[in-house]
This record gives sequence, C-alpha cells and structure tokens, in this order.
Amino acid sequence: MKKTIFKTIKDLPRHHPLGAGTPACGGCGALEDIKLFCDILGEKTIFVNAAGCMTLLSVYPFTPFRGSWIYTAMASAPAGAQGVRDALDVLIQKKRLRPEDDLQVVVLTGDGSAYGMGLSATSGAMDRNLDFIYLCYDNEGYGNTGHQYSAATPHGAQTATSPEAGGYWGYKKDLFSIWAAHRPSYVATVSGSDPLDMARKIKKAKDLKGPRMFIALAPCPTGWHYDPKETVAIGKLAVKTGIWPLKEYIDGKVTHSKKPLSKEKRPGVEEYLEKQGRFAHLFKPRRNDELLAEIQARVDDYWDNIP
Amino acid sequence: MKPTLLTGNGAAARGVRLAGIDYLPAFPITPQTEIIETLAQWIQAGEMDCRMVTMDSEHSMITAAGTAAATGVRVFTATSSQGLLYGMEMIYTVAGWRAPFVLVNVSRALSSPITLEPDHNDVLAARDSGFLQIHCSTCQEVLDAVLLAYRLGEDERVRLPVIVNLDGYYLSFTREPVLIPSRKEAARFLAPYDPGETHFRAGDPVSQGVAVLGGSQYSYFRYETHLASIQALSVFNEICREYEKITGRVYEAVEGYRTTDAEIVFFMLGSFATKAKDAVDHLRKTGLKVGLVRPRLFRPFPAQAIIRHLADKKGVAVVDQNLSQGKGGILHAELSSILYNEERRPCVLVSFIGGLGGRDISVEEFFEMARVTVQAAESGKTPAPRLLYTHEELARMRGLQSIAGNRSPGH
Repeated sequence: MKKTIFKTIKDLPRHHPLGAGTPACGGCGALEDIKLFCDILGEKTIFVNAAGCMTLLSVYPFTPFRGSWIYTAMASAPAGAQGVRDALDVLIQKKRLRPEDDLQVVVLTGDGSAYGMGLSATSGAMDRNLDFIYLCYDNEGYGNTGHQYSAATPHGAQTATSPEAGGYWGYKKDLFSIWAAHRPSYVATVSGSDPLDMARKIKKAKDLKGPRMFIALAPCPTGWHYDPKETVAIGKLAVKTGIWPLKEYIDGKVTHSKKPLSKEKRPGVEEYLEKQGRFAHLFKPRRNDELLAEIQARVDDYWDNIP
Repeated sequence: MKPTLLTGNGAAARGVRLAGIDYLPAFPITPQTEIIETLAQWIQAGEMDCRMVTMDSEHSMITAAGTAAATGVRVFTATSSQGLLYGMEMIYTVAGWRAPFVLVNVSRALSSPITLEPDHNDVLAARDSGFLQIHCSTCQEVLDAVLLAYRLGEDERVRLPVIVNLDGYYLSFTREPVLIPSRKEAARFLAPYDPGETHFRAGDPVSQGVAVLGGSQYSYFRYETHLASIQALSVFNEICREYEKITGRVYEAVEGYRTTDAEIVFFMLGSFATKAKDAVDHLRKTGLKVGLVRPRLFRPFPAQAIIRHLADKKGVAVVDQNLSQGKGGILHAELSSILYNEERRPCVLVSFIGGLGGRDISVEEFFEMARVTVQAAESGKTPAPRLLYTHEELARMRGLQSIAGNRSPGH
C-alpha cells in the first residue's frame, strides 16, 4: 500500500481553497468534510451536486469553490458526473482539451440522496466503472428541510418526522456494504473530526481510478440539536464509542483504519448520545434503559464480529 | 439522387450520424430503441467517432446529456413516452443550463392504461420546459429535422436543447423513401460544434445550475430563456432557407397545404397530417374548399405564421391527438389563445380529439369533421368538443368488457 504523507496534523495542507462566508449553519459538519476534500483534491475539480444542504453553498452570484460546480437534481448527480467525465474524455481524445486542463469529477450529495433517491444512479455509475469521487456528507436525516428521518437516520433518533418517545423506529441503512458489493475501486467512511484518517483516505483515492466512494459523518447542530461548538467533540465521540466505524474497502477487502478500544475500555454510546437533543428522550424524563442497551449491544456486536 | 427506404427511426439515426455527434447517453424504450441500436452498430463498426453509454434510467440519461453538453461536446439522446416523463424533472432542468443538444422523442401514448402506440401527450408534457420542439410528419422530415435542430439549438442567439418528435409506429417503423444528404452537404450546413463559453475545464472555473434566492433573479433567468426561445423563430426561418439552398428541400415553421383559397382548414401536428392531406384532396374533388395547416415548429410557437395562414377562414377543425384531462385538446387551446385578438380570425374553431394511443383517424372521419366545421361556420354555432369514437368501436369495446367483467367506476 502506498505511503501517505500525512503523519501528523501539521502535515495537512495549509492552503484552504474553499472560501469562507458560506450560508452553511455554524458548526456544520458537512462543511468541515468538504473543506478537507478541497484541501487535498485542489482546484482542478468539478463538484456535481444533488439537492441537499450543500446546494446552498453556491447561490447566485457567489460560490466558495475555486473549481467548477454544477447542480443537477436530487436523484441524478452520479449521472451528471458521467456526462461530465465522458465529455472531458471525448474532448481530450479529440484534442479539443489539453490533458492538463482535465478535472477531477466529484459528486457531492447528502444522505437523503445517497441512501435513497440517488441510489439507482449511484449503482449505475459504479456498474459503468465511472472514474469519479463520490462524497456523501451524512447528517443522518433530510437536513435542509428541517431534519426529517431518512434511510441514514440511526435507530432511536428523534427527527421532525419521528418525534415520538422512542425516536426513529428504523435502522440506519448499511450503505457502505451496499456500495462495496458493487466492487468499486474504493469505499471509505470518514469523519471530519479525524482529519488525518480522512486526509490519508482522500489522498489514497485521489491516486486511484474508477469509482471512489466516501461516506463522511456530518454532525449537524440544527438537526441533532446541540451547541455548534460541540461538532468536533461529537464527531470524535462517534468514532471513540464505536458508533461510526472508520473503514475502507479496497481490492475486495474491508479494513478498519482506526478501531475503538476494547468493549471494556471504550466509552459507552451514552457519552455520544447524551450530548445530542435528538437522543434526549433516552435520558429524560426517565432513562430508557432498554433502548440504550439495544443501541450499545448493536455497536458491541458490530465490533465483536470484526476480525 | 436516389432515395433510400428508411424507417422513421432509421432516418433519425442517419441524421444523427450526419450531425457528427460526440456523445450518446442512451436508454432503451419502445418504440425508440431502434435509433440507439442503429447508432450503436455504427459506433461499433468505427463509422461514427462517438462515445455511447447506456444509463440506468431516462432521468440519468437526460442528466448526462445535459452535463456533457455543458462540458462542451455535441450530444444526442432519444426516448419515448414514459421515458420522457420519467426524465421530465431533468427536461426542465437542463433547458435552463442553455447547453444545446438534440433529443428525439418517438411519441407513444402515456399510462394509464399502459400502451405502445402513439399520441402526443408525451411530447406535449414537455411543452413548457424550454426545449424547442420540431414535429415531423414524414421520414424525410425526421432526417432533415435532426440537422436543423442542431443548427437551431446551437445558434448563439438561441442556445437551447431541441426535441425532434416523430410518431411511434406510424413513422418509427414505417419505411418511406428518404433522400440522404451527402456528408459534404451536411457539413456545409452544420459546422463542428462550437461550445463557445459553455465548458468545464481547469483554470477557467464555471458554476452551472446554481441556486437563486428571490423571485427577481429567478424571473430574470426564466424570461431570458423564454426570449431566447422566441428568437429561435427567425433563426429557424433563416436556417431553413440555407438548408433549402443545399438540399433543395423547403421547410417552413408552419406547413400550409392547399390553404390559399381554402374556407375550411384542418389544424394538426405530426404524421396524421398526411392522412388529412389525403382527405383534403378527396374533399377538393367534391368542390369543398379545404386545406391543412400544420406547425412543424411547436416551440417556439409560430403564432404569426399560423395567424397569416388562418386569416379570414370560415372554420378550423382542430384535430388534437392528445387530451388534457378535464380541459380538452391542447392544440385547440394554443390556437384559441393566439387568435382571440386577431380581427381576421376564423369564424369558428371546432375541437376534435382523435388518434389517442394509435387509434386511426379514417378518411371518413376527416369528411365528417369537415362537414361539422362547415355547418358550424354557416350557423355561427360552435359545437361542443367531439371525442372521435365510432359505433363499431363501441360495440367491440362492449364485447371486450363482457369478457373482462365490468367494474369500471361510473359505468
């Protein structure tokens, strides 16, 4: 495996191409993710966007991106990436574009699109071995419309459409495995609160060809109901408690890039959950021991089965 | 020059080949599929230097067509019916990108009930999208319309995608003699694509399809697209004259057939207009002064040319091969809206609905429509819109219902 240059935080790029002053909410975890992608991928990029919070990064006549941008629709950003990639290839092949003016095509969608409406187009893009990077910022709900539950919402989370005492009745869809089953070049989960792990994975993907797929945890102050200053802390706890596994799929194998401590030593899921208003019902007015135990058991079960 | 026997689908493919396209995102659907299969074979044989990709849906296909056009290549795609509707979100979206490409729609009636044969409800659902629309009545027109569509959409005064429409089965699978322009003639008419400022490349970043907040900005861009569409009217006339010089074939935004001295006129779209021409010839022999007016260009709507053709006519039989549920014929509404303020407008417009789902319109029915329209013009009383259906058809339908068992609501 290729050695990456990111050993410590100091090795991360100092140049941040993504402009400041966007309309994103304070403490937006998705913006944290996108910033690092821009840092590593550079300016020769085109972001192909699907409907979601980040659609509002580019509002006429402003954009924070140094590279290009196209908004498509909620369901078809990967298809949009196909058109751009193919057209760039045709232009280079017919000598109407210099190879050095080529662009890295990056799909940017939220979980609403990635886990649901856009899944068919994403599957198609992987079937066709499209040479692109896909960044799903996963804030675990339809964030831009006020945080209703999506297929990415974790069990028990209260959302605008699961306001009941037990929270969301469903279980977060395993998109990583669905994507990996397509056998693309690369799949990874990342978290903006673990920038070194994330930077290494982006760098690795940058040097590959074919579909390179990312699911980035995107803590969301307005949807998860916490103080914006907690975004990084919550992101870190998601990894430390084992709720958000950091892993990658490459060459048919899944490996974990950072494992939480053993069951006995790692912090319980409670530490992560109690910081967020969407899980407040687990603690107030009465502790919901049963549901807490279920959530903990699911996390423990996941790690017990990791070789 | 010797004509070649081609189906409407074959003629479309020929036109696309002559246009020298770079990129073909595709998705199969009856009755369009023959077009993409034909192109796939030519690409495979190295006769076309084009990249083809079969997408996962029409929604994806139209997205890819739009983004590729926005990247700066010449794009073609094709669909029908449910496919056009499945991609409708993107039909509206990509039109606003002002990145021209051509989409051939092979008309097929819409579900439900699901069916295969044509009417125009599919293509008319795209009426307000910003796509220009050219409607064909013969296979020759299909080939020529594809070349015209690229010139029209790519013109710097227009910069809009174009739908070329042909009727499923009646044109798509019907062989007619077609004159195929030489490669040289086609190239004289249609130069290689100049994307102008429409591109994505490093060092020259562009943001496309960005959000606007507020009605003022939104209105500005929507008006701009509308005005570009209106400008396409004069551009169409201009390029048709140029095409005529090269091929000798005369095209106008509106076709008039025996209209000069006509008192009664059929007004309709597409291949069934050739049936109307046949009826016109028969009726002329009986002494009735009948003609036909057929818009080739449907978007932009060639209002002035239609008004000229219909000035001082006694009556117009508007034959709609579509049905706006709860309202009636779409063409009838379009026509009424442009004639209302005209002093020399026809005395009566009579509305007929026919040819839905491929149902034929017989010559006898054209005679009947002419008779009803004459009567309306003489009495000054316009009858209620008529849904064409014969007693024999109804009897057959009753037979089928007796087999199926009748549970339809409101029967």
